Amino acid sequence: MSKVLLEIQGLRKQYGIVEVLKGVDCTMREGEVISIIGSSGSGKTTMLRCINMLEEFQGGRIRLENEDIGYEQAGGVRKRKSEKDIARQRALTGMAFQQFNLFPHMTAAQNIMLGLVKVKKMPRDQARSVAEKWLDRVGLASRADHYPGQLSGGQQQRVAIARAIAMAPRLMLFDEVTSALDPELVGEVLQVINGLAADGMSMLLVTHEMRFAYEVSSRVIFMNQGVICEEGAPKEMFVNPKTERLAEFLKTSSFN
Amino acid sequence: MGYTLNFAAVWRSFDQLLEGLALSLGLAFVSILIGAAIGLLVAFALIARSGWIKRPAATYVTIIRNLPILVLVLFAYFALPQLGVRIGKMESFVAVLSIYSGAYLAEVFRAGLVSIPRGLTEAGLAIGLTPMQIRVSIIVPLMLRNVLPSLSSTVISLFKDTSLAAAIAIPELTFEARKINVESFRVIETWIVASGLYVTTCSVLAVLMRVVERHLAVPR
Repeated sequence: MSKVLLEIQGLRKQYGIVEVLKGVDCTMREGEVISIIGSSGSGKTTMLRCINMLEEFQGGRIRLENEDIGYEQAGGVRKRKSEKDIARQRALTGMAFQQFNLFPHMTAAQNIMLGLVKVKKMPRDQARSVAEKWLDRVGLASRADHYPGQLSGGQQQRVAIARAIAMAPRLMLFDEVTSALDPELVGEVLQVINGLAADGMSMLLVTHEMRFAYEVSSRVIFMNQGVICEEGAPKEMFVNPKTERLAEFLKTSSFN
Repeated sequence: MGYTLNFAAVWRSFDQLLEGLALSLGLAFVSILIGAAIGLLVAFALIARSGWIKRPAATYVTIIRNLPILVLVLFAYFALPQLGVRIGKMESFVAVLSIYSGAYLAEVFRAGLVSIPRGLTEAGLAIGLTPMQIRVSIIVPLMLRNVLPSLSSTVISLFKDTSLAAAIAIPELTFEARKINVESFRVIETWIVASGLYVTTCSVLAVLMRVVERHLAVPR
């Protein structure tokens, strides 16, 4: 069995008095592709965002390759790590967003180069060739010098994925990356993710695409009301759900 | 009326007006540059979460924007020396116009900052950029593009405000015009020419700002 990549223990997160994560435990091994499903408000996106500290969390630990993410224990006191440390840790994970979030004043290639140059301190010409390599990988070699406003939603999302992957992250996080896309553009993005899975990239996907989750994942996690309600191989989960809650959820979702 | 326009006296002193205009532009340029730096810092302070940062910035903007600039000019020139601050009139005027433009530009910049989607900052964080790197590479360039249209009118306003330097005898365009007016008694002609110079300069500034705006526009 491959080694443990990500370990989440007792993860708790609240906004004011509302508790959105109520103790999440999860272990992920290298090369695993895990889909997180669940209705909106179940905490799946929040959990994903805690892993790269886009959300602060109040309890529990997240460990990536045995390193604590975001917080450290100093003399029994839990303390947020320095901005510099957190930035370094964020570069260990890559993230693709629902709204793509490409930098609109930079071309596709410049979007990818920014992190390589500023974070990885790569020379510009080397960064350019890495950017071109990944644009080619997502089928957009001819769009390197186009601005996001000149690309379709599906193309923008593929650039955004290339931007994250180019940083050579240990783990990729996908946050509902097809939810904002026109139906006919979903396929091209899923195909890119499929390719990455085939390469052995470790991935956590929050998704509403049940068919895709079924096909691409090695494991599926079903979240409900801030906890993991059920998890297992996609086959068991989708065909023989053990909990009533999951059975209900699957009935109302698009999987059939 | 029977008044005959005669510009001869004004043309004889036209060089003086041009020198005045050059000084006006110089004063505006330096002050707006310093003001932009102040405005940028204050704009970020205005959107800060901490009240300890936000409140002083908001107080500065409120006070300056509710004071006539002429009062500030006279205060700096006449009152500060009484308090033991000895600076030249040029320095005192540039300081006043910088502080004044800082308050106006802070408001312009703040409006440009709040319209930038939070998701872009998150995307920057996600690839490992520090908050400062995100400000420099993403937030400020986008903010400047957002505000260029309103920046143009602010810059033109501030340029026109240099005419108040005449009140403390700085030889800029308005001061020079008044001198020619007094020496030649060609009141109408003098002020027509001076006005023409102001209008022309402002129009050129507006065109320049349009060019910059178009040049920086995000292609789509």
